Amino acid sequence: MQAVLLIDFGSTYTKVTIVDLDTEEILGTARAGTTIETNIMDGLNKALAQIPEPSGGWNFVRKLACSSAAGGLKMMASGLVKELTAEAARRAALGAGARLLEVFSYELTARDLEKIIAAKPDIFLLAGGTDGGNKEILLKNAELLSTLPISLPVVVAGNKAAAVQAADLLRQRHAPVIVADNVMPDLGVLAVDSARMAIRDIFLSHIVHAKGLDKAEEFLEQIMMPTPAAVLSAAELLAEGSGSERGLGELMIVDVGGATTDVHSVAKGDPSKPSVTLKGLPEPFAKRTVEGDLGMRYSSEALVEASGRRLYDYLGWTDEQVASQLRLFKENPWRIPQTEEEAKFDAAMGRMAVGLAVDRHVGTIEVIYTPFGATYVQHGKDLTPLPVVIGTGGVLLHHPNALEILKGSLFDSAEPTLLKPQKPRFYLDKDYILAAMGLLREVAPQAALRMMKKYVVEL
Amino acid sequence: MKQKTLVLGVIGSDVHAVGNRILDYAFTHAGFRVINIGVLATQEEFINAAIETNADVLMVSSLYGHGEMDCRGLREKCQEKGIGDILMYVGGNLVVGKQDFESVKERFLAMGFNRVYPPGTMPEVPIKDLREDLGISEE
Ligand code: B12
Repeated sequence: MQAVLLIDFGSTYTKVTIVDLDTEEILGTARAGTTIETNIMDGLNKALAQIPEPSGGWNFVRKLACSSAAGGLKMMASGLVKELTAEAARRAALGAGARLLEVFSYELTARDLEKIIAAKPDIFLLAGGTDGGNKEILLKNAELLSTLPISLPVVVAGNKAAAVQAADLLRQRHAPVIVADNVMPDLGVLAVDSARMAIRDIFLSHIVHAKGLDKAEEFLEQIMMPTPAAVLSAAELLAEGSGSERGLGELMIVDVGGATTDVHSVAKGDPSKPSVTLKGLPEPFAKRTVEGDLGMRYSSEALVEASGRRLYDYLGWTDEQVASQLRLFKENPWRIPQTEEEAKFDAAMGRMAVGLAVDRHVGTIEVIYTPFGATYVQHGKDLTPLPVVIGTGGVLLHHPNALEILKGSLFDSAEPTLLKPQKPRFYLDKDYILAAMGLLREVAPQAALRMMKKYVVEL
Repeated sequence: MKQKTLVLGVIGSDVHAVGNRILDYAFTHAGFRVINIGVLATQEEFINAAIETNADVLMVSSLYGHGEMDCRGLREKCQEKGIGDILMYVGGNLVVGKQDFESVKERFLAMGFNRVYPPGTMPEVPIKDLREDLGISEE
């Protein structure tokens, strides 16, 4: 037996997964409340104790962890134009697994600076200007940031002609300050890898310690990455394969949580129909979006609001019926549905959360009419031909109707401009192992891939 | 001297792509840094591209006859976005049919364009004007 211990220090739960690399089987999974206030190890030991120990005791060959505890990797970012370098910075931060609090554009205002002081992000990502383009914004914002009364880790990923000077300005106040490649080296070119690496380096060297997670590192080898980065990494592996082991091909992972819904797509998303012009910023092949207002438990009111008529039409209920159900779930977010009607409402809410989160993730198509007929303009990814949609997250896992909820990700002919998957196969991450497999990928990618193919089941 | 930057694009719902590629090639060869935002370009795309790339000139094409409508307000938006002094050139088939070019030119100058070109203008003409307006001596 070659047992590997994989841990996800989550915001609520510490989840452990033990796998055997010889048989490529899960030996056990368990969870216990995360104990960041006292000692992070307490929760971990409690979870571990639930998994029956073999007679000779555990002899782990590797012990790896990811974390979204203590507020996750809180980031703020800034760029020049909202739709350009600020958007590129947003994508770099999300791709690095951050919980992105806000992205600023243009010169930071006094109000922006106050927000930064109040939120005290774990890392600030400073972007702006293409290479050979605007230099002033990077220097100006670096100067403004250097007046803050707090010190933050900063990644500078803007115009390369100003980046070093901006970093020097920042170092008067902040540490560490790392210069990465420009997130937008040329107009419309997205290059987020270097910034992602820099964010991960700071996460490893500083954040783990700052959040008191290093107590766990005496026992573990390392807390390697933020949890969302582990999930995105697992998604990439499962889609692309590894060496001779084939992946599933292009796919989407929908992670429905109590407070947020994350969508990851690993897909090119080029136009699937002829004569479509692509506009806007190109999308990363592995793309992550997070919807903070679309959780099934803590954000139920916002969810009802955001889904509007869709929810009522789907349920066929009156306003009063919906309102009274909503009250019950507001009183107790984790209420277990008592009647069939309640179960129906709960599933409908899940479907809306998935639907809206996927709406915002996928690209759109716009029709422009000319006397010769229609031409089409696409923004973002066309995921209509996408073959695989995978559900994960605490809410879906234990839900009797996961498939119904996941179907919220489907293309809707009533909204043909949203390029959502038309005929995907649906899968469920039933043992909740995606984050763990993202970690295992670091040491045994093929084993991680085969285990995902075994344990992520088609619905 | 620092290379000058042009934002080149075809404005509005206009899909005529051939002239855009020829201009890209010609301006690049003449030593300019060309940021080509292609066809179906909105006013905002021109302006945003110019801000990020610190561009010196907006090179606006309009071929399908609705140029006047599509270009209106561009100068004001530039001013609003802090690049009010940027040079703006426009050319192509700016209006429907064969109108008197002098009156077309008047109207586009009044909209805040610095140079306005009649249909069929060859790239050498704007290249010469660019060098003059940007103070570049020909090598
Ligand atoms: C090919 C073509 C199309 C193709 C375009 C394919 C493509 N993706 O490129 C298709 C079939 C899609 C098309 C559609 C339409 N077209 Co058409 N099309 C043409 C055609 C035949 C050739 C255009 C071309 O490529 N010319 C070659 C290039 C090299 O020249 P250019 O585009 O003029 O660009 C040069 C100069 O104008 C100049 N220039 C351009 N911009 C600028 C900017 C500056 C700053 C400067 C200095 C110079 C400059 O430099 C360029 C390079 O030398 C012209 C007629 C013609 N012979 O010009 C009609 C023409 C442009 N189309 C026309 C029209 C009306 C349309 C339609 C509305 C439908 C229709 N009834 O034909 C639709 C509109 C579609 C849309 N939404 O844009 C009219 C425009 C009339 C007007 N302005 O008064 C034209 C002039 C035909 C005509 N005589 O009626 N069209």
